Amino acid sequence: MPKITYVAHDGVETVVDVAQDDTVMRGAVLNGIKGIVAQCGGGASCGTCHVYIDPENTKPLSQMHQVEDELLYFTACERRENSRLSCQIPVTEEQDGLVVHMPEKQL
Amino acid sequence: MRGESVVVVGAGQAGCQVAVSLREQGHRGPITLIGDEKAPPYQRPPLTKAYLAGETDLAGLVLRQDSYYDDHGVKLIKGERVIGVDRQARVAVLGCARTVRYDHLVFATGARPRPLPIPGAEHVLNLRSVADADAIKERLEGQIGLDVVVIGGGFIGLEFAAVVRKLRHEVTVVEAQPQVMQRAVSAATAEQLVNRHRSEGVQILTGTGVAAVKEGLVELTDGTVLVADLVVAGIGVIPNTEIAQRAGLAVDNGIVVDAHLRTVDPRIHALGDCARFASTHAGGLIRLESVQNATDQGTTVAAAILGSAEPYTALPWFWSDQYDVKLQTAGLTNGHDRTVTVGDPAEGKFSVFCFKRGRLIGIEAYNRPIDFLMGRRILENGNALTPEIVAQPGFDLRASQQKAA
Repeated sequence: MPKITYVAHDGVETVVDVAQDDTVMRGAVLNGIKGIVAQCGGGASCGTCHVYIDPENTKPLSQMHQVEDELLYFTACERRENSRLSCQIPVTEEQDGLVVHMPEKQL
Repeated sequence: MRGESVVVVGAGQAGCQVAVSLREQGHRGPITLIGDEKAPPYQRPPLTKAYLAGETDLAGLVLRQDSYYDDHGVKLIKGERVIGVDRQARVAVLGCARTVRYDHLVFATGARPRPLPIPGAEHVLNLRSVADADAIKERLEGQIGLDVVVIGGGFIGLEFAAVVRKLRHEVTVVEAQPQVMQRAVSAATAEQLVNRHRSEGVQILTGTGVAAVKEGLVELTDGTVLVADLVVAGIGVIPNTEIAQRAGLAVDNGIVVDAHLRTVDPRIHALGDCARFASTHAGGLIRLESVQNATDQGTTVAAAILGSAEPYTALPWFWSDQYDVKLQTAGLTNGHDRTVTVGDPAEGKFSVFCFKRGRLIGIEAYNRPIDFLMGRRILENGNALTPEIVAQPGFDLRASQQKAA
């Protein structure tokens, strides 16, 4: 299974096996990783699964759709160039090794 | 200190959230989460969407991985029903006669589909649980062009209709009220949804009741007879309050709780679909059936058990996916006396601002997520929007708030 690394705001890293076709958001929530809230469960409705993709990332990522783009203006922490909603990033073998950083807060 | 024992009755979105939030907020005592379904706690919204469409399976719905419960010291009891609560002895009694002692008990018992009060109701399927969805999937499996009749044009009925249409079946929705989603959305939004369904080839009949269901047929109150290979009803739910009532707690269309989601027994809380709570947004007692309500109340109940005195004040919000329409509602629009539509319904992107006595009470955003998110923010923080301001040509919610700030 692809491994995704979640880096908390305080720097603590958790590595999780994420099932093929689950999302980066689901990988965190299923395993009880604090730092990703995902109030709406993945419906692209709430903007509470905000992550910063690691600046060194070379893995291919899904394209950003308009709804995600708009939601990112309403996240609790500042939007940066590498901001994504983790519910909109499906995981396949291609994302094995992806590192995401979680913002200080989601709400 | 070992910490107090919490028993959560009901393992849906609300019950699961209480357990998760208790651990996140540092609760050290035992937590027992008891659900009467065989499946581990899962999300219900995808049942009418991705799950039914076959785009995800149960593993894609579960709220936490199986190992989460052990790893976090949450004792999950599946497929067991709590049949009684003894408040003197402080025990929950399970169907298997086992008892679980508690210091705090939480009712998260949810709701069940309202039965159809007509002859032939036994031919009608419901859609509430994963087992219900599986039964429907089995009937549709490997076929196209079946005649499917949906009784009830609410969230469940319309979402179900959209998915079944995508699966290439012939769909008729029968709604007894003159408007679909009457309880949930304004006439302007309902009209666009109906238009959208009709353009997809779904037949929607409003103001018509169902008189009887027979093998392969649905008889309407106006005499029409519809051919039906499958009949599914979504006509609302009844809160599961019987155990609470037998335990002597106040019940009135829901287990009655205060602004802290506490019953008259300080050791017992109730939340989610089964609870009728004092809402600052509604200005009275209401019962809400939504993910937002379940999760936000879960966080509040966990905090209350750990000693917080914060009342529950979260702004209600809802969403529905039908075809490529994302309908998002911020606030409670029920009871509005005036609406102003912003954007162009013909383009499939608009928002309906709902006012009551001149005050903005909610926004229905139809493929306009910015208005929804901005709306949540301003409805939470207070605003000075009037129908006149919103009705000005070219009004833009985000721009108006940037100006205000």
